Amino acid sequence: MKGVRHYPGFLSITVLCLTILYAPLIVIMVYSFNGSTSITQWGGLSLRWYGEVFTGPEASRFGQAAWNSITIALMASTAATIIATAAALAMVKGGRFRGRSASFALINLPLMVPEIVTAVASLIFFTTIGLTTGYGTILIAHITFCIPFAYLPLAARLEGIEATYEQAARDLYATRAQAFRLILLPLLAPGVASGWLLAFIISLDDFIITNFVKGAGMETLPTAIFGSVKQGIKPNIMAISTLMLAASVLFVTAAYLINRKGRQTP
Amino acid sequence: MKKLLLTASLLASPAFAEGELKIYHWFEYIPQELVDKFQAETGITVTIDTYDSNESMLAALKAGKLGEYDVAVPGDYMVEIMGTEGLLDTFAPEDLANFANIDPKWVDVPFDPGRKSSIPYQWGSTGFSVNRDVYSGDIGSLSILFDPPAELQGKINVLDSQGEVLALGSFFLGIPQCSQDRAQLQALNDMLLNAKQHWASFGSDTAKDVLVSGDAAAGMIYNGFSAKARAEGANVEYAAPKEGYVVWMDNVVLLKDAPNRDNALKFMNFLLDPENSAAVTNYAAYSSGVTGVEAFLLDEIKNSPENNPPADQKGFFIQACDEETQKLYDAIWTNLKK
Amino acid sequence: MAGGDDSWRPLARPLLIPIWVVIGVFSLLPVLLMAVYSFLTKEFRGGVEWDFTLAAYDQFFVTRGLFGDEPAQIEWTYITIFWRSIWQALICTALCLLIGFPTAWFIATRPAQSRGIWLFLITIPYWVNLLIRTVSLKFLIRDNGPLNEGLMAIGLITEPLPLVNTNLAVQLGLFYSYLPFMVLPIYAAVERYNFALSEAAADLYASRWTTLREIVLPVVKPGMIAGCILVFVPALGAFLAPDLLGGAKTFMIGSLIDEQFKGSQGNWPFGAAASMILMTLVLIVLVFYARAASREGAA
Repeated sequence: MKGVRHYPGFLSITVLCLTILYAPLIVIMVYSFNGSTSITQWGGLSLRWYGEVFTGPEASRFGQAAWNSITIALMASTAATIIATAAALAMVKGGRFRGRSASFALINLPLMVPEIVTAVASLIFFTTIGLTTGYGTILIAHITFCIPFAYLPLAARLEGIEATYEQAARDLYATRAQAFRLILLPLLAPGVASGWLLAFIISLDDFIITNFVKGAGMETLPTAIFGSVKQGIKPNIMAISTLMLAASVLFVTAAYLINRKGRQTP
Repeated sequence: MKKLLLTASLLASPAFAEGELKIYHWFEYIPQELVDKFQAETGITVTIDTYDSNESMLAALKAGKLGEYDVAVPGDYMVEIMGTEGLLDTFAPEDLANFANIDPKWVDVPFDPGRKSSIPYQWGSTGFSVNRDVYSGDIGSLSILFDPPAELQGKINVLDSQGEVLALGSFFLGIPQCSQDRAQLQALNDMLLNAKQHWASFGSDTAKDVLVSGDAAAGMIYNGFSAKARAEGANVEYAAPKEGYVVWMDNVVLLKDAPNRDNALKFMNFLLDPENSAAVTNYAAYSSGVTGVEAFLLDEIKNSPENNPPADQKGFFIQACDEETQKLYDAIWTNLKK
Repeated sequence: MAGGDDSWRPLARPLLIPIWVVIGVFSLLPVLLMAVYSFLTKEFRGGVEWDFTLAAYDQFFVTRGLFGDEPAQIEWTYITIFWRSIWQALICTALCLLIGFPTAWFIATRPAQSRGIWLFLITIPYWVNLLIRTVSLKFLIRDNGPLNEGLMAIGLITEPLPLVNTNLAVQLGLFYSYLPFMVLPIYAAVERYNFALSEAAADLYASRWTTLREIVLPVVKPGMIAGCILVFVPALGAFLAPDLLGGAKTFMIGSLIDEQFKGSQGNWPFGAAASMILMTLVLIVLVFYARAASREGAA
């Protein structure tokens, strides 16, 4: 069994990959405990920058920004995944129909448009139709550009699911809804999850488009962080990054534990 | 979905239109304590949005954000541009009780004669700084940037800002700003292209950071930024180039269609109070345009070498060129960064 | 493969309505507006006048010297900028594929319960904002940063490696920015790969690498194509990371366009025209990919 799955060197490449991904973050984590105000000198272990995150002058601004970011990312990735799932079912399972290739082009449109253009075009569009920029416009823009990111892994997964499974269920007198819910959806689930995750990350990380379509005083975490970081990284930003990283590790662990518990007590 | 969007748009629209002030400001250019003080004194809720260049602020306002903000803080030439573009509202001196506090030399400024739409915020200069650990020779000339000595070659950061680079380049060559003369512009173009091979990076926001971290040994920089770099431990000296340096002034302007015009005027008046203006100066390490601030200034700011250039040095405002000339300067800039 | 199921056919169009509405209104319409803008007359310092002209495209492709009175020639300035961005995006895509495929394969062949952990290990860094990641990468590799200090401390090098403000740093930054977009789709494809095929090939004495090339690659190709698109397109328009790591000495496509809208040049029609040209390029790449993919599907 192991033979055909195993390729020599793939483990080393994975490890190399993770090293590159994590090295800068580990450096940040270490330096977030630096007691010195200067980022270039080590001033002993200290938690002062963590205190700064919660009580410093920027605390409320970053708190509000984090809240906006997370709520927008949750709503945008969920909406985008629902829309993308419907579209993927139609595109992959709907056979050939008129407008199929046009639909394909349309779904991928947000990918073809460079972010900076989407940003400017969206702002001009929103102002033209008289929509005040703010939370709502950020959400709309995020749903739109998240759709293809949710769609691609979903469709890739769906294409690999052979129709025979569903067909077999139908032959056993399952209704279409039952076949969908009990057969197709569970098979599709990893695709849905990976699409949602991709969309969520994209939304959480977006800076350029958000920066253009946000209204007065509306910040997401990237726009709030941007100003702080572009002059050079500061200790309090390092502390925030470490906290974000810790939160995601907790999230992952929780998901894993819940998953395992779910398997033990079916 | 509809309900979601509705809720979202409700969240986005201000619930209390009175008692608010929306400021469009440079990043990290006003101390939070001062904002808190203003909020405590007036009961007005302040929202601050930030931008990173005069041009991006102008672009955002022209792209439909006019009417969302009450005040902005453009630089000198940008006040003039915004005035011509019709983005500014006017006020009468009587609207501001502290109007008389404006330093007389900053009242009749060319970009807003008589101060009809703006008040001084801070002013300073743009020149360059050199890390004295790396280079100890003479730094009295712009040749440090445009024809650098061997020690500094490949270790120079230049502001990523067309106006400042081309203005300083023009000073170095001794040609007027907004020149339309063929030979002069060609010379400017060639000189910059030649100088670029010695530059390590273009960066405005990072101008201080690269000096502190040692990524650059010399850099075009704003005087306040250089003072901060020095305070953070970098052994940098802010130069007084004999060819001249750029002087600039940031101004608080009253925007057209300001949703909270009265509060905007309260804020401007608040900033003309010497104690408050001094608080900004102490924070940003530039100079105030208000009389009577000296008593409130920290000594290190008041006496900093960056804020007290030798009296015989010349500083010049950046000029706003007309459309035809600007096209030539745009072409030179694009050529430089191609 | 999946198209034979007729029961889905009548549902196809209704299922597509939401996506048509959302993308049509909030992506297609703004882009069309953009296309119109590229033919408008620029207003000095940003904004447009509604007079139709080809001036923006003329500026892109034709030069008449600095003063506009020399004979018309091809303008190489913008083509150079575009080519540089395309080249960097291509290298980035190749690099991501080279590293991303083995990684995705490795993860997909782990036992089911640990795959999730590996996947999250790949995605966790992306919970930290791109700008922070880029700046910390710069912090790590700068002349007196931890990497160089560390290497010097253990005596591997005597002079700091000049990494910051080089093309290598830009490549590293782009690779770092977009790697998961390569790994996730390939993972999804490998995960549903039927390993019985590999076993069959092995039974027929095909070597591991022959199996990979002849059997596995065609099957996971859709995932790889999806990954390449997801990496190439954003890398093409990226400019914040390259500027930070490469020193912003040269324009990228993204910074050129940004400069037209937010910078001092304020030339919206030109920015729109540059965007249209960029989109045309991306479109060509996508059509090329799509044709390669469908040829593969037919074979």
